[in-house]
Amino acid sequence: MVETVKKVATTPEDRYEATQSTWDKIAESREFKDLMATKKIFIVPAFIFFVLYYFALPVLVGYAPQFMSTRFLGVNLAYLFALSQFFVAWLIAGLYVKAANNFDRLAKDIVDKAEIVKGGK
Amino acid sequence: MANVPLIMFLVFIGITLGITYWASKRSAGASAYFAASRQIKGWQNGIAVAGDYMSAASFLGIAGIIAFQGYDGFMFSVGWLVAYLTVLLVIAEPLRNAGKYTMADVLAYRLKPRPVRAMASLSTLTVSTFYMIAQMVGAGALVKLLLGGHVSYNQAVTGVGILMIVYVVFGGMLATTWVQIIKAILLMGGTLLLSILVMAHFHFSFADFFAAIGHVTYHDAKGTEVVKDFLQPGLRYKPPYGPLDLISLGLALIFGTAGLPHILVRFYTVPDAKTARHSVVWAMVLIGSFYIMTTFLGFGAATIVGPDFIKTHGGTNMSAPILANALAGPIFFAFISAIAFATILAVVAGLTISATTSFSHDFWTNVIHSGEERKPGEEVLVARISAFAVGAVAIAIAILLGPTANVAFLVALAFAVAASANLPVIVMSIFWRRFNTAGAVTGLAVGLLASIGLILVSPSLMAIDPPTVTGTARHLIQAKAWFPLENPGILSIPLGFLGAFLGTLLSHEPTSQHKFNELLVRSNTGLGAERAGSN
Repeated sequence: MVETVKKVATTPEDRYEATQSTWDKIAESREFKDLMATKKIFIVPAFIFFVLYYFALPVLVGYAPQFMSTRFLGVNLAYLFALSQFFVAWLIAGLYVKAANNFDRLAKDIVDKAEIVKGGK
Repeated sequence: MANVPLIMFLVFIGITLGITYWASKRSAGASAYFAASRQIKGWQNGIAVAGDYMSAASFLGIAGIIAFQGYDGFMFSVGWLVAYLTVLLVIAEPLRNAGKYTMADVLAYRLKPRPVRAMASLSTLTVSTFYMIAQMVGAGALVKLLLGGHVSYNQAVTGVGILMIVYVVFGGMLATTWVQIIKAILLMGGTLLLSILVMAHFHFSFADFFAAIGHVTYHDAKGTEVVKDFLQPGLRYKPPYGPLDLISLGLALIFGTAGLPHILVRFYTVPDAKTARHSVVWAMVLIGSFYIMTTFLGFGAATIVGPDFIKTHGGTNMSAPILANALAGPIFFAFISAIAFATILAVVAGLTISATTSFSHDFWTNVIHSGEERKPGEEVLVARISAFAVGAVAIAIAILLGPTANVAFLVALAFAVAASANLPVIVMSIFWRRFNTAGAVTGLAVGLLASIGLILVSPSLMAIDPPTVTGTARHLIQAKAWFPLENPGILSIPLGFLGAFLGTLLSHEPTSQHKFNELLVRSNTGLGAERAGSN
């Protein structure tokens, strides 16, 4: 029924294998749903924000060049906005790493539980 | 004095060959050869990822664009860093958790492995080969310029090709990674030093530096002297299509970086997803710092040396080395040139290993032989043989095209294919339960064809040249371009997504939906992920 995907050079002790119903059970578990929700709450807004922030640069510079040429702090808005992109990208990366510690904790619980169940068989 | 660059080149080659010898003794077994036994540390991988990304096109190309077109060149460099947020937030960890050596591993999880791997491998080989040819042609022209006539274009191309084959065939991923790390450190060091020298020239006064950028004097094409504010936008991206082209490029960067095979394979070299995450952050720190410093390189070249001088002493791409020469003399020129050379070598080696991994693991083992190695070590052997083939083909094409060939579009093409073909199917495979084999195959095919098709009819390949332009420097099709943008992303990326979407909806494959839960759990938790080990 299910076409098996052969995995090359994978030794049994190297890789966790489980039946379809086990995977379904984990995917439906509350812990896993919590993990996915926690990830989504951070990742989706962060992704949307950085994409909008980034594309604001070519759009503003391309279609409002006069405004972006306004002198400010010895340079101009265009340069400052481009420079700010670097720091915003670093900031989002830093926030993600912080948030991801939380994901790791939730994921570890799921992995530990799955491996204990498996070991107990 | 002209021999100093040559000596520095030779020192770098000597060091990297030593590393290859050391790595060759540790490259037995597939996991060791393809993924450096998954024992690369986070910061090491971060430097290597950054190194793979900071090609000669960045170091020489962007400095040159800023030197000639000011602010627009700097804006151009922003997207290269921001793109890593896609890698960090969306791709790196699921890929490391669920895959083994290539991006196709993740696709083959719940889809029919043979058609999906065949298409993914084709797309990977296309991206790598195009990118590599661009680097090789650049390398040949550059080495010829830097070594001032000691080495011909053909010799330079052949030399670079042979070295990259040696790194990959004998040293595998471990050697390629360390070559990349050393090069990235040299590149960062050289760029930092050059930036400090530029600021020293302005007595460390940002006010003086930016004041000078406001009045760059040069002669335009007609020979008239002009004074321009180089901080002013619009010198490169002019209406009507300039801004749109920049947005299109931004799309290709943001969606394409996370689909570049030679970047993706690097996430398999670390022990786990958390390390993969940290390596992206390391890479972002380095890449961001590097691109911020292009301000000093590019604007420094524009203000201290000037576009006129650069134009008559090697052209746009020589801006950074010429600036080095002006600030600190021929030894520093040689050092910066050697770094540029190291950059090209390391990047072509990285491209070669990703191409050969995909060919042997995806195509040879999994498509032709249905997922089984007929004898132990076959996969690595095939990879080594294909590295020879890839190298030979790249050398031949680069020589055939010649030093003046118009190849800059090949990099745009590589990013467009990665963004339009690879990324849509990776994302849909990880996030969309309904996604299936037909969707993956159509998505990859449509993305690939749309990118290539649109580039063919873009101003990169279609234009009317004056009769003074000859040979391969001429545009392929002598007519007005049908598609006005040099970067096809704005159209080809939606087409790739649409292809994957429609292909899925028009077919029915229950298996792929059943197996989605397994992929979802594996990619998000790391349960059962490939572990580090000596294999």
